[in-house]
Amino acid sequence: MIEKLPGLVNADPAIVRWGRRMSETFMVEVGDQQYLLQIENGLIQKVEKGPFVQRTWRFAIRASRESWEKFWQKTPAPGWHDLFGLLRRGEVKFEGDQRVLMAYLQYVKLVLAAPRKA
Amino acid sequence: MKLEPIVGRYGEFDFEKKKGRLYFEEAGQGIPLLCLHTAGSDGRQYRAVLNDPQITKNFRVIAFDMPWHGKSSPPEGWQKEDWQLTTGRYTGMIMAFAQALGLDKPVVMGCSIGGRIVLDLALKHARELRALIGLQSGAFVERYYDSSWLDHPEVHGGRACGAVAYGLMSPLSPEKERWETVWHYMQGGPGVFTGDLYFYQVEGDIRARIGEIDTSVCPLYLLTGEYDYSASPRDTEAVVARVKGAKFTVMKGLGHFPMSENPEAFLGYLRPVLEEIRRGA
Repeated sequence: MIEKLPGLVNADPAIVRWGRRMSETFMVEVGDQQYLLQIENGLIQKVEKGPFVQRTWRFAIRASRESWEKFWQKTPAPGWHDLFGLLRRGEVKFEGDQRVLMAYLQYVKLVLAAPRKA
Repeated sequence: MKLEPIVGRYGEFDFEKKKGRLYFEEAGQGIPLLCLHTAGSDGRQYRAVLNDPQITKNFRVIAFDMPWHGKSSPPEGWQKEDWQLTTGRYTGMIMAFAQALGLDKPVVMGCSIGGRIVLDLALKHARELRALIGLQSGAFVERYYDSSWLDHPEVHGGRACGAVAYGLMSPLSPEKERWETVWHYMQGGPGVFTGDLYFYQVEGDIRARIGEIDTSVCPLYLLTGEYDYSASPRDTEAVVARVKGAKFTVMKGLGHFPMSENPEAFLGYLRPVLEEIRRGA
């Protein structure tokens, strides 16, 4: 699902505008599988699949595969519909530079929820 | 331009020995219905209630912006202090406003922090009030994220507050109303949302006292949207389990801001409650 994000996000100006000033790399973990998303001005330039050796990222968002699958349902169940909902349930971990995550929170939320439209 | 029946007024409001400029909106006539907005937002959240002829036929609906919120100014000297909401401050403000307008036994309806404070009003001011309606009421919400990021010079507060509010809404609510709700959050002053959350997530823990609420003195209605993970239906159920006579309804498909994120669906739940209150009046 993460590999599909560039196609889903980059073609949607209503998402890209929220990340227009963002040029950062962040990690998404789906169970044991790690991904690095390289963002340039709100566009996803590259998605790389781990494992990685000594790579740098600004923040990481980690959740189990089951949690992401519930999150990506077309109409998610209550409490599974938002990243902070997962946080409240203890189903996601935010690591790294929280300042950057919070500065681009709306963009990150829209990007990671994009698979719902697929 | 088609005008709405809502009228907005400013007034001089004496609160905590300071004079401040307070903004409120109202529509309708009859039983006063005082509406309390959520943390970090303002009275525009109640636009649909204020605009509903079925309600305003029998109720004088009033929504005020708390000091520091919406169009209400912070008090003189605000630049020297942080805004911080507490139980005493919140209760005092609501009762002072009701008194300033000369409201006779109003119904008070509040959402989120407002849903919490109606429980305090039920404890301390039941005899002065006709009925209480708590939207998204819980006795306490433990901190599950670091709200200090919402008030940080290197994070745009409007964007961050908007993004937090966005997630609390139901994915089933109409886009137009959800993004309107986000916009109100994006317009909040720096530190105001965080200051309100001090009451919600730190100081305003009412768990030890809710068993003392007497709904025979003042009826208590609790309406909670099922998509809210901040004050979830389970949190409201925990209140209902300890407050005899509280009437609880889960609002299907709604989130943390029912009156603002999906006004039509919310009105469907609110109108029968108000009708029951009116018949009991």
